[in-house]
Amino acid sequence: MTAVEPSVVPATPAARRGYGRWVAIAVLVVLAAAPLFLAPFATSTLSRVLVFALFAVSLDLLVGVTGLPSLGHAAYFGSGAYAAGWTSIHVTAEAPVPLLVGAGVGALAAASTGWITARSAGVFFLMLTLAIGELVGQVANTWESVTGGANGLTGVPAVRIAGQPLANAGFTHWYVLLVAALGFALVWTVARSPFGDALRGIRDNEPRMRALGYSTSLYKYAVFVLAGGVAGMAGSLLVAQQRLVSTADVGFLISSLMLLAVVIGGAGSLWGACLGAALVVVVRDALGPTLDGHGPLVLGIVFVAVVYLLPRGAAGLLGRTR
Amino acid sequence: MLVSVLNGFAIGFLLFILAVGLSLVFGMMDVLNLAHGALFLGGAYLGAVLGGSWGGFLGALGLAALGGLAGGVLLSLMTEPLRRRSHLDQALLTLGVALIAAELLIITFGDDPLSAAAPPGLDGSVTVLGAVYPTYRLLIIVIGAVLALAVYLVVDRTRVGALVRATVDDREMVSTLGIDNRLVKGAVFAVGSVLATVAGVLGGPIYGARPGLDATVLILALVVVVIGGLGSVRGALVGALVIGQIDTVGRVLLPDFASFVLFGALALVLVVRPQGLFGTRAVAR
Repeated sequence: MTAVEPSVVPATPAARRGYGRWVAIAVLVVLAAAPLFLAPFATSTLSRVLVFALFAVSLDLLVGVTGLPSLGHAAYFGSGAYAAGWTSIHVTAEAPVPLLVGAGVGALAAASTGWITARSAGVFFLMLTLAIGELVGQVANTWESVTGGANGLTGVPAVRIAGQPLANAGFTHWYVLLVAALGFALVWTVARSPFGDALRGIRDNEPRMRALGYSTSLYKYAVFVLAGGVAGMAGSLLVAQQRLVSTADVGFLISSLMLLAVVIGGAGSLWGACLGAALVVVVRDALGPTLDGHGPLVLGIVFVAVVYLLPRGAAGLLGRTR
Repeated sequence: MLVSVLNGFAIGFLLFILAVGLSLVFGMMDVLNLAHGALFLGGAYLGAVLGGSWGGFLGALGLAALGGLAGGVLLSLMTEPLRRRSHLDQALLTLGVALIAAELLIITFGDDPLSAAAPPGLDGSVTVLGAVYPTYRLLIIVIGAVLALAVYLVVDRTRVGALVRATVDDREMVSTLGIDNRLVKGAVFAVGSVLATVAGVLGGPIYGARPGLDATVLILALVVVVIGGLGSVRGALVGALVIGQIDTVGRVLLPDFASFVLFGALALVLVVRPQGLFGTRAVAR
């Protein structure tokens, strides 16, 4: 883990410049080479970082780019995870299938709930996503025949590629890296497209965008479904990595943890979201055993501290606002 | 059937006591207080630990009211520096406070679910129209109705209430009349928080006290506020009674999908009236 961090950090200020591409390639190479040098445990921690980085990026598309603060994004992450896990157990674990099912179900869940949230903005949006996320979490808890209820979905087989199961942490890591990189590229492309410009316009001044003739609700709905799909993708990676899904993965704590990651990274900066996710996951995994289950206490203190001390996140410290 | 309807009323009035504070604080001050559920849980733990006798029950109510007062003033002071910042920042702050408070409660009271006993004399049951029904829940209905009436009268008929409603409608205009916004905000925050902790004590014999209960009741209160319309006392009452019925009937008829039923109700109201049943457009935006 420590071998990788230093090479990731310098990427932030450079990402938008001409040599940003080379930095991105260097980061990818280091991440791809990591399993050759790291112990299996460190490798799987790194895979988890990638899973949650993809999740954070999809959330940042809503929070930072479009200005829609969501506190229920784990609902789509969890839906994707449950769908991918269920498919792996009952249908097939052959490579693209659990991934596509996870992404599809994530997008579908977002599509079936997003038409309500897309009509709202600001704190109203926050409230609705919180309520919807929590209701989805309760479904995961009570719909035992599919989700396994409070026991979670266990015994998920490893992802298979061309009939061969990904037997060890290294192969799983490469699979996670490949999919996470594709997902990141997708979000990055969307954020830089004219569609992404329209989303930033909605964030900055929605009434003006509406006056210009943009159907802002439609845009918000589209980005909500897209973010749900990418979160579902990340969910399928979570199953591929940890081979089980529990109700904690759909819950409110994951949603708020990831919102914290996005805020720490500086909302709107996709690289920042990745770094924020890395920080949050590593700190949680490192502190978890020593805190005796009182992780939420630390999380709460960090929340309060970030709000008072870092109004624009870590990226804000570097003078970047986008 | 009758039992289920009565249960719905008991839960509904409890939800009203909880949600009216949330609604007023949000409608007036634009602060979404995500620590509201933690206040309820604090009251529930007090009731569970002290309850069982009349002295303990009343003591728990008094302590909970004091705690709610302190919590409300503290939250009001904490959100004050964030007045000019985004809603997201205020929500994140109260979320942080909620997480801290919930963990402190777990550290203090342990993470096993506790059950609270109703005070002696109220823990039996009576016969209502041929159905046997717990006395305590009937009392909740009565207390809830009285409190609802009291809040309604204060907000709708008194000078203080007029001030509160005026602040909901136009904060800037009220401050130009020479009235300190921060005092009004602090007072409403304090009263709302006291109602939340008291609801926790009262709800103890029904819900018990356990980790995670804070999130559950916070969501119910949010749904009530969204359905009823932000900043409206009447909306909070109607929303709470509707949700109380829907949640109880939903749990009886479709135990696995009670959440879907709740979500369906939320969706239906928002399609028909996006600003909530009694909300005004300006507040709903």
